Parts: sequence; structure tokens; C-alpha cells
Amino acid sequence: MSKILLLQGNQAVVEGAIAAGVKFFGGYPITPSTEIAEQLAERLPEVGGKFMQMEDEIAGIGAIVGAALTGKKVMTATSGPGFSLKQEFIGMACSSEIPMVIVDVQRVGPSTGQPTSPSQGEIMQARWGTHGDHWLIALTPASVPECFDLTLRAYALSEKYRVPVILLMDEVIGHMREKIELPDTYADIPQAERKQPTVPPEKFLPYSVDESLVPAMPAFGSGYRWHVTGLVHDETGFPKGTPEATLAAQNRLRAKIENNVDDIVQVENYKMEDAEFAVIAFGGAARTAYESVDMARKEGLKVGLVRPITIWPFAEKQVKELAEKVNGILVHELNCGQYVLEVERVVAGKVPVHLYGKYDNEAATPQELLDEIKKAMANK
Amino acid sequence: MTMEKLVEKYFRPGRLPHIWCPGCGNGIVTGAIVKAIDKLELAKDDVAVISGIGCSSRASGYLDFNTANTLHGRAIPIASGVKMGDPRLNVIVVTGDGDSTAIGGNHIIHAARRNIDLTVVIFNNNIYGMTGGQYSPLTPIHSKATTAPYTTIEPAFNIPELVKAAGATFVARATTFHAQILADVIAQGIAHKGFSVIEAVSACPISFGRQNKMGGPADMMKWQRDHGVPLAAWDKMTDEQKEGKFPIGVLHHDTSKQEYTDAYDGIIKTAQGGK
Repeated sequence: MSKILLLQGNQAVVEGAIAAGVKFFGGYPITPSTEIAEQLAERLPEVGGKFMQMEDEIAGIGAIVGAALTGKKVMTATSGPGFSLKQEFIGMACSSEIPMVIVDVQRVGPSTGQPTSPSQGEIMQARWGTHGDHWLIALTPASVPECFDLTLRAYALSEKYRVPVILLMDEVIGHMREKIELPDTYADIPQAERKQPTVPPEKFLPYSVDESLVPAMPAFGSGYRWHVTGLVHDETGFPKGTPEATLAAQNRLRAKIENNVDDIVQVENYKMEDAEFAVIAFGGAARTAYESVDMARKEGLKVGLVRPITIWPFAEKQVKELAEKVNGILVHELNCGQYVLEVERVVAGKVPVHLYGKYDNEAATPQELLDEIKKAMANK
Repeated sequence: MTMEKLVEKYFRPGRLPHIWCPGCGNGIVTGAIVKAIDKLELAKDDVAVISGIGCSSRASGYLDFNTANTLHGRAIPIASGVKMGDPRLNVIVVTGDGDSTAIGGNHIIHAARRNIDLTVVIFNNNIYGMTGGQYSPLTPIHSKATTAPYTTIEPAFNIPELVKAAGATFVARATTFHAQILADVIAQGIAHKGFSVIEAVSACPISFGRQNKMGGPADMMKWQRDHGVPLAAWDKMTDEQKEGKFPIGVLHHDTSKQEYTDAYDGIIKTAQGGK
């Protein structure tokens, strides 16, 4: 049985978290993500979970690192300034391989910017915000039902690859209300499992791996005593700073993601079967783009939409194939041009890549985007 | 149990020698922690040791418990998450004076306010040792440091008074000279259900002592002997006699306040309709 509800994107994330089995949230209030904290404060204790409002953004993500070490599925949620503050811990989670989901409901930046207005200015920060080379996953929902689905998927990926997953929302999607159909009970929703050791504690090496390249992660208190560190470490989990150990550690963290892009990367194609020109848009900007594509089609223009659902790792294969198929691409994003840089890199001059970047605190109207599509098509 | 036996039982095989300089007090404080754990007969699986970054924070890697050497200043939020995730665990935070009262200063006062059941052992060597001798919030005023070539003009925190005011329910202080008292107050802190802070006055002969002409490691321990006064004697001293000295022992113990994870269990009961 299911029920039909009218929910905000942020609320759908909360329901997705409960359905995924999240048992701990640590966070700090910030617009436009606050509803996630408010509603998890109510929902988590109902399912035996715990919510902690911490003293700052850093402590919010710090607390979820701790709870994750005890075997819990964990979440924190934030927006621009808070996302900046959490970056050091995101690096530690990459290095120590601690599963977690960080929700970032983007707002206009830099600095305090425009807290209640939509933006997609954290595309590059989501990938490169913390220092040092690292690999992680970022997903971007474009509807309220997809907020629920991608929250579940974020936990599936985070547990499978022992990597932080960023649910990269924007203010449009976080605050938009839409119809969503949810099951009456989450009991039948498959729960992502964290890999457990297959050897007894005395033989356990916390960072030794099989062909999946993902180590097992027993909970603190389970009888497997191990050491967590953000220092470069070898399979024992203890610091080792030789060039060989550093290279081996980094190459494994890289390969466990890059070898699995077919599993991780999802892209939706809308009216692309016979398209001669493609719009690339994601999140809130994609909502404009669906409409603009429909309007273009009515005018007889063969335009389609390619919507990356996985923002990071970049949909390299899909964009490469796209460059073989269409004779022009327009990237529409709510910033001055971030994702377009990756598109240009991969298309590598094969077809013209145009940018319609909107960064005036408002989403584009379908007519505005259609005008830009026509302009770009005329220029080829 | 002899220290040799304690090392065999509670230290990870193959992780020693440690990285600390000759004469460093960190080994004595770490020894006091395992003595306390042994005294309480805690199972190793039931202990988590969470540290930040700095010389003292390296202790977590040497100890055979559930351990994490985390980010500079952030051990307390992580430890709070560990305690909330599994309240059965005895969660001990190993941290330095800079780690806990400068970059982590916000976290320690809020954890104290919540009265969450953590035991925070602050290795106070009055300096940033790992980076080579910069002044910390515990460097005494008018001391020299590599970042205070003309001496410091900032007064130091009084850790026990700070955390007591913030709400800590067990507060103690000892020195590496008073090693047995140190182990005893750490044991009492672990046994106390609530937020416990133990200031372990330690010596950094290389990065603090040398710049401030404190002599060698033995001289610095003699300084601790002459300046750390057991509470019973302290209470009988005049203000004049107290000048420049500090009390050691259990300075504050309050069992009347509800512990945080217990209080949260009450939230869960309410949310589940009293089920």
C-alpha cells in the first residue's frame, strides 16, 4: 500500500533517510536546508534514531563521523557557508573511507550571498572543496520524488564504496512542493549493507581489500579493534608515509570509484532519440529545460535534454557519445559556468559547446532558455 | 600491574617506539590512562579512544582499543557521535592544550554543557609541540614561544574553571610528576557518568622548556612537584601561598545532573509514544 503526499524536496530527503535506515543526524541550522534538520529531529527518535543539533557546522559532520564508526547510517545537511566549513571532514571521510551522506542545498554565494535564492554554484566545490586529490560521489535530484529515490541511492553507493556521497540539491528542488507517492511502510525497502570482515579479529587488517577494492568496516565495539586516521596509511590502518604507500593508497581510492563509473553514473535522456541539438541541465535548472525542450519541439526544432543525475564522477562516456550524435550542445546551469568546463573538456571541440549560465538569484523561464537554445542553434 | 605488563596488555604490538621526544611527558599521561582502564577492568572492546591532531593525539594509535586519530580540534564532536551511536562504549578523548582549547575550544564548552558521558584527558604541555613551539591558550603570559619572540601578552586559560563553568560534572587536574594521582583521577573520570575533564600537566622540554629556560626534563618535573599542590593542602593555604601554584586532585564532582545519552533515551520514549 502507498500514500500520495504533497511534500517539499527537503521533506522527501528526510523520508528517504528514514527509509534508508539512517539512525543518526548531526547538523546546524542553515537556510535553505533547515527543514531537513527540523524534520529529522522529529522523525529519527520515532524510529529509535538520534538527532543532535551541534554547536557548529564542523561539529555536525564530526558527530556523524563518530556515529558512522559505530555502524550507523548517518546524515548531515547544510547549505553554502556550511558546506564550505564541512570540507575538511569530507576529506577525512574520503581518506578513512567513512560512509556518510552530506546534503548540500545550494544557495547563492559566495559568502552569505543570497540565502533564500537558488543557485548551482557548488558544482566544483562538491568535487574539489577539500584539499588534496580525492574521489567521491555527488548526486543531483530534479524533482521531489527523485529526492527520495536519490537519498536511498546515496546510501546504497556510500555503503558499497565506503565513500562520502554528496546529495547536491538546490533551493528550487529543496523548497519546491510536488506530489510524491510513498509506501505506507519502509519495512520492504532494501537496506544497504556495510561490508563486514570474513576473518576473525586477530587476522583482521582494516584496509586490506579483495577485487572490489573496498575494505570491510566493522563497528567500534564489535570486537574488531582498529585504528582510523586521516594520515596516509597502509592496509594495517596505521600511518605510513613512504612514496610507495602513498601511491598505493591514492591509487586504490581512485580506482574503487573510477573502475565503477558504469555503476555510479546515471544520466537521463529526454527526447534525445532524434535530437540534433542537446541541452545539458540538472537539478532545478533541468525543470526549466524540460519545458524549453517541449516548446522547441512544438516549433519543429529537434532538441533534447541530457540530464546528469550523477554529477560526480563526471558522465564522461555519455557526454563523449553525445558529441558524436548531435551538432551542438548548450549547458544551462545556475552559475557562471562550472559543469560546462567538464563538458568542454570531454567534447574537446568536436561540436560547439554553449553556456547559458544564470546567476541573478532567479531560475530561468522556459522562454528565456528557449531563446538561448535558438541563438546557440543559429551559431551552431 | 607493572608498566611493562600494562604495555603488553594495552599497547598495540609493533607500534612502539613512539614519536615523542626524549623527556616528553606524553608517555606518562598515556601510561596513566591505561592504568586507569586496568584499574576499572574495562574490556578493550568496550573502550574507544578518540584523539585530534598534535603530539598527544598520536597516543590513540599506540593503544589497543577502538581508536581514531582525527582532525585538529575535532576529537570531541567525533567522540560525541561515537557515544550517541553506541552508549555502551567508554569513550575517552585524548587531546592537547591547543587541540582542545584553541581550535577545539567551541566543542569542549558545548560538550560540557550537554554533560555527555565522555572522559577528556587534556595533555597540557603549554605549547604547540608538533609544529615546534608556538604559544597556545595554555602558554603562561610573558613566556617565550617561536611566535612570541618578545614573550606572550595573552593570559592563559584555567582549564578546570573553564569547563566547570561550561557545565562539566567531573573536573580534575594532576601532573606527570604526580603520576599515581593522575591515574586515579582519570579512573574516577571514566567511572563518572557525565562529561569529565582531566587536565594532565605535562612537560615539553624541547619546544617549551628550552625557550623558557626551564632546564631539562627532570627540572620540569621538579617544577610540577613544587607548583602542583594536592587539594587537601591547597585548601589550607593563604592566597599569598597560592600565588603561582595550582591545585591538583578532583576539583569538581557533581552527580546531580542528567547525562546526555540518558536524556536522549527519554526523547526516544516520548517520540515513540511511551512504548
